[in-house]
Amino acid sequence: MSGGGPLGSLRRIGAMMRKEFLQLLRDRVSFATMIMIPLLQLVLFGYAINTTPRHLPTAVLAHENTSLTRAILASLENTKYFAVTHHPRTEAEAERLMRSGDVLFVVEIPAGFERAVRRGENPSMLVAADATDPVASGSALAALRTLVDTAMTRERFIVEGGPRGSGLEDQPPAFEIITHARYNPAAVTQLNIVPGLLGTILTMTMLIFTALSVTREIERGTMETLLAMPIRPVEVMLGKIAPYVMVGAAQATLIVVAGIVLFDVPVVGSLGLLAALTGLFIVANLSIGYTFSTLAQNQLQAVQMTFMYFLPNILLSGFMFPFAGMPQWAQWISETLPLTHYLRMVRGILLKGATADDLVYDMAALTAIMLVAMLIAVSRFRQTLD
Amino acid sequence: MSAAAQDTPVPVPVPVPDDAIEVEGLSKSFGERVVVRDLSMRVRRGQIYGFLGPNGSGKTTTIRMLCGLLTPDAGRGTCLGLDILTQARAIRRHVGYMTQKFSLYADLSVRENLEFVARIYGVPDPVGAARAAVERLGLTGRDRQLAGSLSGGWKQRLALGACILPSPQLLLLDEPTAGVDPKARREFWAQIHELAAEGLTVLVSTHYMDEAERCHEIAYIAYGELLAQGTVEDVIARSGLVTWSVTGADPAALARELAALPGVEMVAPFGTSVHVGGHDAAALEAAIAPYRQRPGLDWRADAPTLEDVFIDLMTRSKDNFAKDGAGKDGRR
Ligand SMILES: Nc1ncnc2c1ncn2[C@@H]1O[C@H](COP(=O)(O)OP(=O)(O)OP(=O)(O)O)[C@@H](O)[C@H]1O
Ligand SMILES: [Mg+2]
Repeated sequence: MSGGGPLGSLRRIGAMMRKEFLQLLRDRVSFATMIMIPLLQLVLFGYAINTTPRHLPTAVLAHENTSLTRAILASLENTKYFAVTHHPRTEAEAERLMRSGDVLFVVEIPAGFERAVRRGENPSMLVAADATDPVASGSALAALRTLVDTAMTRERFIVEGGPRGSGLEDQPPAFEIITHARYNPAAVTQLNIVPGLLGTILTMTMLIFTALSVTREIERGTMETLLAMPIRPVEVMLGKIAPYVMVGAAQATLIVVAGIVLFDVPVVGSLGLLAALTGLFIVANLSIGYTFSTLAQNQLQAVQMTFMYFLPNILLSGFMFPFAGMPQWAQWISETLPLTHYLRMVRGILLKGATADDLVYDMAALTAIMLVAMLIAVSRFRQTLD
Repeated sequence: MSAAAQDTPVPVPVPVPDDAIEVEGLSKSFGERVVVRDLSMRVRRGQIYGFLGPNGSGKTTTIRMLCGLLTPDAGRGTCLGLDILTQARAIRRHVGYMTQKFSLYADLSVRENLEFVARIYGVPDPVGAARAAVERLGLTGRDRQLAGSLSGGWKQRLALGACILPSPQLLLLDEPTAGVDPKARREFWAQIHELAAEGLTVLVSTHYMDEAERCHEIAYIAYGELLAQGTVEDVIARSGLVTWSVTGADPAALARELAALPGVEMVAPFGTSVHVGGHDAAALEAAIAPYRQRPGLDWRADAPTLEDVFIDLMTRSKDNFAKDGAGKDGRR
């Protein structure tokens, strides 16, 4: 009757879940936070993205004035991203304009550019961008890629060696644009934001709320009564985690739907797979949060631990900075973070149409992390007050 | 416990021996500090056992060891015939523990708290059981109120209600009546006696002398050591105290004078009278002899009260403690 059986166990987990749910619903502030964090983030990011900045101030440092340079400038303005506002005469002047923030881009056309193009020497045009705000400069830089073609068509240039589209595609383009993102070498792209938000918001809320739920019992003294009851540590844990799985699922749905509606995120892969993996990710985070709660003495410490853990997640998971650019040791650390694997999988599914087969490694890693965290959490849960 | 009994939601009475609690040589320290020292006690089934002692004497710690919330450093024992070291989980199913500090969920309503307890213990029909408990507690109409918003006395009653809801066989009550008004206290004790009559064993810690006198047996613990145990009469008789009471004007000044006399070990003013006591009857009588002649003072030999005995026990154990050098942490 102390309940070795699975039925008794389920009953106690159920009782625990019910209690947690009631407490969650009663805690208006926490409940509102859970819904408001994703909504607020989405609206903020959505606003930033919908107003993808156009007509960004641009300085053109032209060392020659030919029909080609004029064609290039016209195509630049045609992209709507660039507005040529300054015509500096020297590099020093251009540099000053950028440092002061008067312009976000400096386009430099070297002397003898047109002649070099005509001779097929494949010369370079330099575009320096102030990438301190990558969202601002990113889309403009992306638009540059099409610039060569439009400029050339516009000028109906006959390049020696044959016209483009004549089967000689492997020939280098008429001229090269060397972009130089200043101040922030890795520009974050927008499509990254929805998977990133999904991962970080889930990490944050799942961790905080579970980390708090056990420490709250310790702090309020209710743990003593709970421990004196015939309930097992693993039952307490499952009962505490389950309601938050649902909260996490609701948050994830909210973010994905808003991502599709607001940002036109393509859903190339299967939403079912995404849901299943999100479930796995949520449980992994809840287990980690639970582990924190067994380590922390009070709610403040639990929050502090969560933030300490959150930081490497943000920095190393590939959300902020590309994974590939990290040194080996940092990559090893990030391989232990659930967010790293989750981000890869979400990007894979949403943007590249990855299937379960493609994601075996990340799924296995995430499952392993989850099991380890659960094990630590259950073994750390003290059954006594010693 | 048999494997077959494991899943039965209804509590099956464990075959309980005569002793509901039987522990030997329990010790517990926190860091350097010994909080409970070599404690042995027996509580017979169906008894109400009072547990008394000054603040910080180790009552709560002992109770926690009994229900498996703390692991003793040394000693052995059984609760309801189950080993406190190895069968803590089984013990928990049959023990109702009421903590000293209110520790039900303040953000759940009265009924939700009771239903939670009922579900965890596997009481059949938890909703009905909770409703019945609410009625029994006299909280009908307030069952939707959050437990945290109840007054102190009502919180205590709710906590007791939650304790007895899963029909335990042993109740461990840690200062259940602290801050409860006299009428509620009397009702509380009437209920305890009813439960005991039904066969429940109750271990109750308290600081109130009148409550101690309502117990079948009492134990007095000070600085982690059990100093006296038995019925109230036994404890008083065994103390060997002789007491006198004197009534007169300015009892405070009188008390100061008397306290300085050799042979007077205990002086306690009570309103207009002063209680004087000592272990050596002859020495005490010799000491107070000059004062018995003093006009305006009315002397009477009387029996020591339980409180006299406890204060005497406490004073002497403190002296011993200091002598042993064990009191280095400087408790009261
Ligand atoms: N978890 C702990 N860690 C360290 N010391 C503790 C712990 N629990 C209790 N103590 C110490 O043990 C001593 C005995 O405490 P306990 O709570 O058992 O006393 P008590 O008899 O219940 O006192 P009171 O009448 O005030 O409730 C106290 O000095 C207390 O400070
Ligand atoms: Mg206590």
